[in-house]
Amino acid sequence: MSAVVHSLPDEAQRTSDFHRISLFVKNEPGVLARVAMVFSRRGYNIESLVVSTAAREGYSRMTITSSGDPETLEQMIKQLAKLVDVVHAIDHTGDAAYETEIALIKLRCSSDERHEILQIVEHFGAKVVDFARDSLMIRIYGSSEKLDAIRDLLGKFEIAEIVRSGKILMARGRATT
Amino acid sequence: MDSKVATGAERLIECLEAEGVEYIFGLSGGAAIPIFDALVDSSIKLILTRHEQGAAHMADGYARATGRPGVVLVTSGPGATNTVTGLLTAHMDSVPMVVITGQCVTDMLGKDGFQEADVTSITYAVVKHSYLVRRSGDIPRITREAFHLAGTGRPGPVLVDIPKNISQGPCLAPLTSEMDLPGYSIPSHGSPDNLDEAAALLSSAQRPVLLVGHGVVISEASKAVTQLAERLGAPMVSTLLGKGGADETHPLHLGMLGMHGTAYANKATDAADLIMSIGSRWDDRITGKLDEFCLGAKKIHVDIDPAEFNKMVVPEVCIEGDARLVLEALLPLVDPLDTSEWLARVEAWRKKYPLKYRKQGGLRAQHVLDRLDALTQGRAIISTDVGQHQMWAAQFCKVTESKNWLSSGGAGTMGFGLPAAIGAAFARPDQDVWAVVGDGGFQMTQAELATAAIHNLRVKCLIINNNYLGMVRQWQELFFENRLSGVDLEGNPDFVKLAQAYGIKAFRIKRPGDVDRILSQADAYDEGPCVVVAEVVKEDNVFPFIPAGATLSDMIIEKPTEKLAKPTGST
Repeated sequence: MSAVVHSLPDEAQRTSDFHRISLFVKNEPGVLARVAMVFSRRGYNIESLVVSTAAREGYSRMTITSSGDPETLEQMIKQLAKLVDVVHAIDHTGDAAYETEIALIKLRCSSDERHEILQIVEHFGAKVVDFARDSLMIRIYGSSEKLDAIRDLLGKFEIAEIVRSGKILMARGRATT
Repeated sequence: MDSKVATGAERLIECLEAEGVEYIFGLSGGAAIPIFDALVDSSIKLILTRHEQGAAHMADGYARATGRPGVVLVTSGPGATNTVTGLLTAHMDSVPMVVITGQCVTDMLGKDGFQEADVTSITYAVVKHSYLVRRSGDIPRITREAFHLAGTGRPGPVLVDIPKNISQGPCLAPLTSEMDLPGYSIPSHGSPDNLDEAAALLSSAQRPVLLVGHGVVISEASKAVTQLAERLGAPMVSTLLGKGGADETHPLHLGMLGMHGTAYANKATDAADLIMSIGSRWDDRITGKLDEFCLGAKKIHVDIDPAEFNKMVVPEVCIEGDARLVLEALLPLVDPLDTSEWLARVEAWRKKYPLKYRKQGGLRAQHVLDRLDALTQGRAIISTDVGQHQMWAAQFCKVTESKNWLSSGGAGTMGFGLPAAIGAAFARPDQDVWAVVGDGGFQMTQAELATAAIHNLRVKCLIINNNYLGMVRQWQELFFENRLSGVDLEGNPDFVKLAQAYGIKAFRIKRPGDVDRILSQADAYDEGPCVVVAEVVKEDNVFPFIPAGATLSDMIIEKPTEKLAKPTGST
């Protein structure tokens, strides 16, 4: 696990049951449904799933964060690898892959509240991307734990909406994602 | 320049011919008409079935009896969904099949067109892979890939859904095409390290048992597995689907193990200090209560599908590869063992706990199947349906050769027996095929009697008729205070008259004294299919019996006098 920044006690507990899986897949219709079925059949909950095109034409990358019984994970990785459209499936749980996530957070706030919010934004290295009369939109990226932490600090204000990208990751050095 | 451009359907049929397809089992309909039209000019023989489920099981029976993919062709919508049970059956039992479904035109996809069913979505969970063909130019590649995927590695069913405008429109792609399957690889002979570890475990074993699974049949490893058993002096036990993987009449073979296996197979497995599973997935019918399964034994697992490793039991050594290639690589590493004491114990169990049945008090299914075995002596292909008769057939019919035993194991599909026998009869016309079915399952696909009759097949359909769904009745008797619910098949037709209505010769066995005479007559009958109806006692139970979720040592050998607790395992 990479260093947990701003972690809260219950968050630390939670992340230990989370699995980080990367898939390199052929971009065929139905591949997402086939992948999702492996998770649902074994009672795994998908926390986040990011699909994007890969460097190689006709292929996609999937990064999946998932929670469920750790003993089932080995089975799931094999079931995923067995799918014909999946070129490879890698479990990154416990390795030092670089990972990041983006969140957009919209706050309803009065002008009195802005000062404290902007302090938090600055401290976290976030950015205000929309500045309206009674609302702010904040963009932050970093580890999922960092995003959890700012969300927690902003919880005292009125959060109108949060959209998170879901985690993406890449193996370090010569290791394969 | 060629004046006539092939249609997608014509190109498809050419591809099937190139794959060596002899038969297509199917039923037509609107969205598949162009493909059926292209079949008119083909060397491939179309077998028109009476229901798409029948077509799927026929293709399955063809595949199990040959090892080559069975091919199904049906239309869209209900035609396609009627194959789903057949797909599940083949998927659970690793049977190679290619199922081609018609589909409504691409412009109508997702718009609830007439007879549209999103069949690729419906079938994701029961196929090895599937395709929705969106460009006619993909037909040659997809067909090549479908057969390759179905027939190699761990075999399974592949579905190809073809919209009508694709099959009807022109196809400019050449007949041959490169496959593009970067995510698919086929394990071969196992890694040397794992082989060495396995050899070391085998050499130190004192009470070894070889568990022969379906993988032995699929990879044609009979010779290698028998050699290994003989070299080690290891008894062989077989799963339901592994029957015939090694000759069941071999002195080291103890027959089927598991829930309704022989007592001696189960006792040997329970007492073993090493169990080597070859192409078996440690099904719950074998292991019973998993965390108490053979705790005293080390385990070796040979499988072509690594997803089976550690799924049920956690073996000491896993070898990923083809059963035959692995065994052939392992044999030179293994020295003979002296297991004479162990074999003496096993033989004592065989003598003490033989399979038995009562010959008085009415006609018994076991008697009929015991005599069928004596009559056919392993030279017939035996196909079964699902239920009590299936377990009795598995106990009493000794299968001596691979691919002579066709039975729905994983899915337990009632209605499988007759159509699978028909598929096998097309595949191997020189051999008798006995379909052993119950009255319940038979009636699910009995319309295929017409298919057997029209083609004058050497199918002999033995109906074990107790006018009950007997296996469920047995559970209700033993575990539910005999509160019978939904098991009485009152209103069964006279199956002899039913067969005659199809123009099929029919026999009836009523008394134990009729068994040998009638079976011999049916066996000798060579003018086409025949039906033998055995009117057996209504209430009888399959023993030995390990209740679901119990352990091998909980085996019930005879009907108990005290009340049994409800089983904890699934079904």
